[in-house]
Amino acid sequence: MSLLEINGLTRRFGGLIAVNDFNIDLGEHELVALIGPNGAGKTTVFNLISGFYQPSEGSIKLKGKDTKGLRPHQVTALGVARTFQGIRLWGEMHVLDNIRIAQHYRLGYSLLDCFLRTKNYVHREKAIDAIAWELLEAMDLKDVAYELPRNLPYGVQRRVEIARAMSVKPSLLLLDEPAAGLNSSDVEGLIKLVRWIYDNFPVTIWMIEHQMKVVMSLCTRIKVIDFGTTIADGSPDEIQKNHAVIKAYLGDDTI
Amino acid sequence: MQKHTVTIGVFALIALIAVLAQFNVLDAYYVSVLMFMGVNIILATSLNLVNGYMGEFSCGHGGFMCVGAYVSSLCTVLMFSKNAILGAPLLPPSMTFIGFPLALLVGSFAAAIAGLVVAIPSFKTRGDYLAIITLAANYIVISAINNMEIIGGPRGFMGMSATEVGMKSVLDIPWVLIFTMLGTLGSVWLLRRFVSSTLGKGVSAISQDEIAAEIMSVDTNRMKLIAFMLSSGLAGLAGGLYAHILGYVNPQSFDIMRSTEIMVMVYLGGMGSLSGAALAAVLFTVLMEALRFLDVWKWVVIPLLLILLMQFRPEGLMGNKELADLFPKLRKFYSFK
Amino acid sequence: MEIFQHILNALQFGSFYALIALGYTLVYGVLRLINFAHGDIFMVGAYIAYFVAVTLLGIGGLHLGMDMHPALALAITVPATMILTALVGVALERTMYRPLRRKGANRLYVVITALMAGLMLENGNLALLGASRKRFPDLLEKVVWDLGGGVSVTNLKVIVIVAAIAVFLLLQFIVTRTKIGMAMRGISYDKFAIPLMGIPLDTIIVFTFILGSSMAGLAGILFAMSYPILEPYMGALIGWKAFIAAVVGGIGDIRGAIVGGFLLGFIEIGVVAVFPSTLRDLFAFSVLLIILWLRPTGIFGVAQTTKI
Repeated sequence: MSLLEINGLTRRFGGLIAVNDFNIDLGEHELVALIGPNGAGKTTVFNLISGFYQPSEGSIKLKGKDTKGLRPHQVTALGVARTFQGIRLWGEMHVLDNIRIAQHYRLGYSLLDCFLRTKNYVHREKAIDAIAWELLEAMDLKDVAYELPRNLPYGVQRRVEIARAMSVKPSLLLLDEPAAGLNSSDVEGLIKLVRWIYDNFPVTIWMIEHQMKVVMSLCTRIKVIDFGTTIADGSPDEIQKNHAVIKAYLGDDTI
Repeated sequence: MQKHTVTIGVFALIALIAVLAQFNVLDAYYVSVLMFMGVNIILATSLNLVNGYMGEFSCGHGGFMCVGAYVSSLCTVLMFSKNAILGAPLLPPSMTFIGFPLALLVGSFAAAIAGLVVAIPSFKTRGDYLAIITLAANYIVISAINNMEIIGGPRGFMGMSATEVGMKSVLDIPWVLIFTMLGTLGSVWLLRRFVSSTLGKGVSAISQDEIAAEIMSVDTNRMKLIAFMLSSGLAGLAGGLYAHILGYVNPQSFDIMRSTEIMVMVYLGGMGSLSGAALAAVLFTVLMEALRFLDVWKWVVIPLLLILLMQFRPEGLMGNKELADLFPKLRKFYSFK
Repeated sequence: MEIFQHILNALQFGSFYALIALGYTLVYGVLRLINFAHGDIFMVGAYIAYFVAVTLLGIGGLHLGMDMHPALALAITVPATMILTALVGVALERTMYRPLRRKGANRLYVVITALMAGLMLENGNLALLGASRKRFPDLLEKVVWDLGGGVSVTNLKVIVIVAAIAVFLLLQFIVTRTKIGMAMRGISYDKFAIPLMGIPLDTIIVFTFILGSSMAGLAGILFAMSYPILEPYMGALIGWKAFIAAVVGGIGDIRGAIVGGFLLGFIEIGVVAVFPSTLRDLFAFSVLLIILWLRPTGIFGVAQTTKI
């Protein structure tokens, strides 16, 4: 069974068609890219998947379950985590808390447990802590666990955001322009990190990215959209040669 | 043992105050100031959950306090004193020990339900518009009670002192003082446990980035519901205690002026700091008494102080730090689970 | 026929709310600041009008020994009050809001400052002038026009309603048709880009406060003439109500202030016509609450879209 199945997804904002008849079928454990010129509707696709927008038409199925009408936190609970184009960490809470809170959907204790500090509460908080520390350690963030995100360099903030997404234990990880604003050594680090996540976790990674270096060195499959419509879908080699893609990026040369 | 120093200290302090009050070392004036201090601590810390931790601007806390005050008063008056509605008291004075805390609980519960008036619209709206809703809620509560002749309308409602008389008839110690101190302790303890849990930190996540919170699996509507209801419920508890301290309530004492006072305490102490709010409540109560000689000018001086605070130290006395953050050595003396 | 009388009353009350709501909405529209002191500026306006009027009539105030004809006194009182009230508003902006704005302080701190400034005005007045109420002198000879069928209208009522509508048209013109209005709208979108475009930010903001406060001053005179008893807390309740009216209309939108103000006037008079008058506030606030539940951004308000 496929992990994510999108059929005929369309989203209109007033008269503007941001996403038009978008289809994709992602299996378990894939590394895929979504590319396209600015304003092509890429982020809108991610927003639709995470439940931030509701589709105008079409369906999104996660592990066979239609996500229609689900609120974003419910979609996340199904195993979809994401990062944001501009970093959206909770800036006034330290990194450890940022990673703890993203486990909200599987807290496993009630408000009453919280007030009474029951055995269940203590046990669950310990488990949450353990997962958070494990991730911090694995992603080389242990030293900044008690730092506030806004005091960290941009590259580290990106890593924290990815760590936060991973603490959801996602089966689908959506990365929205993870390399944006990074310098070249940070980009190298990012490529390594994504590769490492892909190798160590049973997760399908789907990224929007403009830096072709990142896309070409990581992804096995690339989908290209322009003006909300899919114009190409294939392996990196195929995409590089695709005429429609070149036209979308560089313009029509047959004037 | 050292880890429990603070806990033991707090209980010892409560016992000491009770004993001092019992033997009239503390006269009635100081006792009443102490009780209002407790009520103010509950009000400031509970409003801080919404205005500080959640970053909303609720300016109708007095309304929820009012609901709690009236509902719990109604309960105790029906149970323990002669009243216009049922006539004779329902229960004998010895039952006050169960009846009084129960009435406080019912009052808090009612206030929490009233909190829904604000909590439900908060799903869709934030900031300035939500502030207006809290304001309108405050006015609605006050004018609703003004129009209920059966509980005295604008003239107020009394008969709550029968409860303390009942308790004292069994054992003559300052019961209301003791209940107020325990209530204060309980509220702060409840709030502390909530905001320090991963569950409760979801509230701060909403304040810092609501969209990120929702997308990173925090059920923001549920968190708002919990925060608003917990906050208004505790305001209700404060109201219930307040009513039984005075033995008399009228709707005007819960109007927008009261809500403003509570806000002053929160912003004086620092948003997002429980110990800050509690300290500010203590300071504010003392200040109100100390400035009594200024008479009408008191309410010129206090706003001026707050204006200066906003200009020169807008984060309040404590910012979002707790006492233990400023004095890490304190941690040695308490263990907080 | 009774209904026409109620409509006239509602229009009069609505006019007061609308005039005050306009001040809230102007400042909010430009600065995104709830100027909680505005209701008290209205109160200050009424008191200024009182002192100017009694001085001119020679029955109190500064005792300059003047003995002016009431009509002439009125003609001077109106502009004098508007100017002096505008000065109060500008003083607040200069001493309290601007320093905070310069520091780039959180919006909340400015709101609290405004709330506290309002308290200071109220209680400062109480402390300086005492709790005794002031009676506003009669400046206008009352004329009652009988419209037939038991409906009558006083000249004052007509003046109030006409003033509210005229002020609305004037402000609407300034905001939508003039350069300074365009700058005001610009600031509400981007406070940082405006100075870069060579527009003097502070001047525009001061102008906004002048407009809003002078309208509150006008409302103060008209209110004092209609209900000639002044007390320090008169601005609090009517101010809060006008503010809620502005929000229900959609705060930041001038049409919203007018619609919200008149709506509140009609609800209140409607309630009083049917129920005991003690229920007025309860109903008025409940209806407003329901409107905000259904349309969280008010009648003319536009929901802010969030992008991620």
